[in-house]
Amino acid sequence: MEKPLTKHIRKDQRPLSLKEYEKVGGYESVRKILKGISPKEVQKIVIDSNLRGRGGAGFGTGLKWSFVPLDVLKPKYLIANADEMEPGTFKDRILLECTPHQLIEGMIVAAYAIQADVSFVFLRWAYKTAADTITKAIHEAYEAGYLGKNILQSGYDLEMHLHTGVGRYMCGEETALLNSLEGKRATPRAKPPFPQISGLFGKPTIVNNVETLCCLPHIINNGADWFNELSLTNDSGTKIYGVSGKVKKPGAWELPMGTTLRELIEVHAGGMADGLKFRGALPGGASTDFLVEDHLDVKMDYTHVAAAGSRLGTGTVVILDDKTCPVGFIKNLEHFFAQESCGFCTPCREGIPWVEKILNSIETGEGRLEDLKLLEFHTKYLGPGNTFCAFAPGAMEPLQSGLKYFREDFERHIQEKKCEFKNFKFQVSNSVES
Amino acid sequence: MPSKMLTTEEIKEINHAIELVPYKKAACIEALKVVQQNRRWVSDESLKEVAAFMEMSPEELDSVATFYNLIFRRPVGRHVILLCDSISCWVMGYEKIKNSLNEKLGIEFGETTSDDRFTLLPNPCLGTCDCAPALMIDNDLYRNLTIEQLDEILSKYK
Ligand SMILES: Cc1cc2nc3c(=O)[nH]c(=O)nc-3n(C[C@H](O)[C@H](O)[C@H](O)COP(=O)(O)O)c2cc1C
Ligand code: SF4
Repeated sequence: MEKPLTKHIRKDQRPLSLKEYEKVGGYESVRKILKGISPKEVQKIVIDSNLRGRGGAGFGTGLKWSFVPLDVLKPKYLIANADEMEPGTFKDRILLECTPHQLIEGMIVAAYAIQADVSFVFLRWAYKTAADTITKAIHEAYEAGYLGKNILQSGYDLEMHLHTGVGRYMCGEETALLNSLEGKRATPRAKPPFPQISGLFGKPTIVNNVETLCCLPHIINNGADWFNELSLTNDSGTKIYGVSGKVKKPGAWELPMGTTLRELIEVHAGGMADGLKFRGALPGGASTDFLVEDHLDVKMDYTHVAAAGSRLGTGTVVILDDKTCPVGFIKNLEHFFAQESCGFCTPCREGIPWVEKILNSIETGEGRLEDLKLLEFHTKYLGPGNTFCAFAPGAMEPLQSGLKYFREDFERHIQEKKCEFKNFKFQVSNSVES
Repeated sequence: MPSKMLTTEEIKEINHAIELVPYKKAACIEALKVVQQNRRWVSDESLKEVAAFMEMSPEELDSVATFYNLIFRRPVGRHVILLCDSISCWVMGYEKIKNSLNEKLGIEFGETTSDDRFTLLPNPCLGTCDCAPALMIDNDLYRNLTIEQLDEILSKYK
């Protein structure tokens, strides 16, 4: 099984220096394209590879690039989205901390494909180790002539800077990220115009996820067919999957795209912790719909997870076990969304805190059966098309599927006027820790 | 109190950030970061200083500053504890850690100990969900937390 993105990660996670990285084939893709593959040809290879964005939306990477006008004047921007703040998601952190040169190499390929001359890594504040490794790697790449003016005597120029954020989940949404980089509040922008035409400082811009960018050197080196064949399904490549929650061995693993949810949980995560049963899972972070036991054999790619009524999202799974309260679980998610709403549009700013309050009363035994209708109303009116950006619909995904799959738990809280999981929780945590 | 002027060092760092962007204002978040790094938090006085330097009104700069939860517009202690309160940590026992910290430090979220040593804040997902529960103190990350470890961790920060 090939693991192109993670094969050079050392046991102790110390990143490779530039010299070490070059020894294992690092920056080969940059040499290759600068020697005579045109930007349009690079785009074609990536289109043929069927690489889809790993940031959550799954948009075709090559297609996204193709909307950037190649003939306009500079500056043009390429941005690595390293804001990873989706609750339950910890995959980009691994790539940032352990393989910084792979990211830089991927960024050079992407920047060249759209003929960008300036690039930024937008890194979240909390990733302190990553800030150090990226800073050092950018410095090394400049010294070796992979960045700066006239890269490897090709005539192509690219500057690269690290920008560290100061909090807020919304900075991960690509247009809000651009506003933040411009020194504004991280509120999203209307589309069109799309960032490919008018992005950072009004110039053509591409924002790509860290994992997306890290795939690029391998696609250039090994070809589109090779990348397609890595996968078990029609969505190409490998995927860095993760599992967190009460399983025996939480972690993240690079596996063929299309690995089943069952294999992730039972094989890689070692199964559920002793005494606990699987109840449900968010397949790709806080803003994805629950999958339940019937879905364990779903192949974890964009197409199959969508067919099961959810989204692959970030591919990092959060597990709900049978001794954890589904209402409390969802309340925790909605608390996050209520807090992180950028406040720009009314339904989201007002609606999500209301949802959190309703969930809170249900959890504490003060809920009414009508509240379930009220929650359903919100899932509809904060759904796609009713708010300014994809944040609120994302926030409603775990709620709408939770109401569907865990209805009896909601009703029991209301009828019995209490949360019966409170006692369970105590015993279980003891057994997990022992 | 006399207003604290931006120091030469601060001005140098802010100017460096300004060089990377097409117009001055775009570097205002960087400028706030520089000041906070040196003064722990951004007071009204500091905000005015930065605004004047960035050629912005204080209101305009404050609208940006107050949006971001890691720009502190109220005083914080010498060390800031950011406790992850998101889903994986919640499942793995965040509440126990929170209660224990509340008890040990005698403060709730948003408060600072009377000796100015710690400020306790909740923080969304720290991106280390396979090692939950987790918290950060200043620049240090602590994972797979148990209540038993807290005393030793806290004792490192004076
Ligand atoms: C609220 C919100 C938060 C997001 N956060 C992130 C993030 O932290 N990292 C990321 O790569 N994409 C994030 N995205 C998706 C980005 O908007 C964008 O689609 C992505 O960075 C594009 O890269 P890709 O095409 O390589 O996936 C977020 C989207 C929304 C709506
Ligand atoms: S949906 Fe929420 S996050 Fe998106 S613009 Fe509206 S208020 Fe902001």
